[in-house]
Amino acid sequence: MIDFCDVYKIYQMGDYAVHALDGVSLHIEEGEFVSIVGASGSGKSTCMNIIGCLDEPSYGQYILNGRDVSHLSSNELANIRNRMLGFVFQQYNLIAKLNVLENVELPLLYQGVSSAERHARACESLARVDLSDKLKNLPSQLSGGQQQRVSIARALVSQPKVILADEPTGALDSKTGQDVINLLRQLNQEGHTIVLITHEENLAVQAKRMVRLSDGKIVEQCVMENSASF
Amino acid sequence: MKLLQSLIMALKSILANKLRSFLTMLGIIIGVAAVIILVGLVGGFSNNITSSFARLGANTINVMIMRGKTVTVKDIEGFALEHGEFFSAYTPNVSMGNATIKNRTDSLTTNVSGVNELAEQIDSIELAAGRFICYLDCESQRRVCVIGSYIAKELAVGLGDSIRINGYHFDVIGIKEQKDGGTASSADDVVYLPYTTTARLGRSQVSNYKLLVEDLNKINEASDILSDYLVEATGSENNFRIISAQAMTDTVNELTGTLSLVLVGIAGISLLVGGIGIMNIMIVSVTERTREIGIRKSIGAKQRDIMSQFLIEAIVTSALGGMLGIAVGAGLSVPLGKLMGLTAAVSPTAVSIAFGVSAGIGIIFGYFPALRAARLNPIDALRYE
Repeated sequence: MIDFCDVYKIYQMGDYAVHALDGVSLHIEEGEFVSIVGASGSGKSTCMNIIGCLDEPSYGQYILNGRDVSHLSSNELANIRNRMLGFVFQQYNLIAKLNVLENVELPLLYQGVSSAERHARACESLARVDLSDKLKNLPSQLSGGQQQRVSIARALVSQPKVILADEPTGALDSKTGQDVINLLRQLNQEGHTIVLITHEENLAVQAKRMVRLSDGKIVEQCVMENSASF
Repeated sequence: MKLLQSLIMALKSILANKLRSFLTMLGIIIGVAAVIILVGLVGGFSNNITSSFARLGANTINVMIMRGKTVTVKDIEGFALEHGEFFSAYTPNVSMGNATIKNRTDSLTTNVSGVNELAEQIDSIELAAGRFICYLDCESQRRVCVIGSYIAKELAVGLGDSIRINGYHFDVIGIKEQKDGGTASSADDVVYLPYTTTARLGRSQVSNYKLLVEDLNKINEASDILSDYLVEATGSENNFRIISAQAMTDTVNELTGTLSLVLVGIAGISLLVGGIGIMNIMIVSVTERTREIGIRKSIGAKQRDIMSQFLIEAIVTSALGGMLGIAVGAGLSVPLGKLMGLTAAVSPTAVSIAFGVSAGIGIIFGYFPALRAARLNPIDALRYE
């Protein structure tokens, strides 16, 4: 599903080059739940940006679903983000002036899906995260946990190949954060491929596989034994 | 994304910031309203002048001889007879200027002109009572007059009564039928005398004539022939002037055309300023909504989706401003015209041009901010606080 072949990302900072990703090779199968863990500055955000097609590698190849997406035009990347990827961000990133339903419909709007179908699919997606009773609320009228569930519903609505969660619990208390992780695990059990980026060990270990990044390199990969016992 | 969706999105975003949107539109509103009002007023002004020229008679030619060899009444008569295919009548026109008319107690000032018997035909005068000045009145310099209905009413004089014009006694032999509302300064506020009488009392020579051209299509040709004749008779083309209602109307139209161009140009500057206002606010809006743009891009908005969102927002803002401007302009044109004594009309051409220009301003001044939004890097935009 996701294939990183010796990926580099190098930023030029004045006179010297910063290797945010320094030769990362990573393979993620369909249906996996992988967490990428690392301290800040380890390159996990860069990794997430490249997996999310928000950025492109300096060198190396990124193959997503059998297609080389390392160097595509911004419109093609937008299309891939729209149809293949679902994002869950730390700050929820909902549009404040749109209500819950409109926020969830948004990816479909950019696909050109008809309004009736948009509505039906968004409702379905929101039902999946138990928010069917909040369709007309604005994000500001919801709690943090609820907002994060809306953003998960938005990520689900376009039936993406991969759900990318970037520090999804960072703004939540531990109880609500755990609820979000549980939701992600449930989605994984239903067959969704999930990549979780976090700096919290205790969350990372709840994935099926953990990848540790440090200074732009993978320093540890381990399969979790407890993953099946959920 | 569909156009309708973009329109709904634009309207929502405009309504979300009502005061700001209104202030942004204000420049366009004022510009468009100014264009419509100015075009309306200039149009009213031009109509006013044209209609007062039309009162002179569209098919008459006025001649003023200012210097050079004298051209006598007999000369003009001979000329008119010789070119009978153009000129069907002529009259000398000796003005006394503003003369004081008095019955026993009341008095007023009006325009008194000395004419011959043919003036009745030339000015299409219809009489309510009595007769018009006749050939013999002119021959024997009789002190008789034909008065307009306004004067008859104001001074309470009737047929056969005697009035004093600049102190001289005149008998009223005819009263003109009311034609022009019967008010002061209208075609009903006139006095006609035999031209010979007027010339003698004013100790002046006959220097103005009025000729009637029956066929309106021949009026330009007729004034050319007349001009050729007068060049020869007076010695130079600088010694006389020929004024036809047609020529004057042309001149006035030219003048008001230039006037409206200048005024519309000034109004256009305010439209330009309005456009810059729109551009400014769109740039602010793009900056403010950087994060929103990042979110939209991360979930799959293409450059053209973002571009059209902001461009449509700019166009809708300025087009809404344009429509409000049209409403204001149309609403104010007539009352402002009244205030200035003009009949201003809202010109459909001005309305459609103003609307087109305001929408165009949205496109032109919205393009740059929209492009800026579309080209934002999604990562930077998402990180923007």
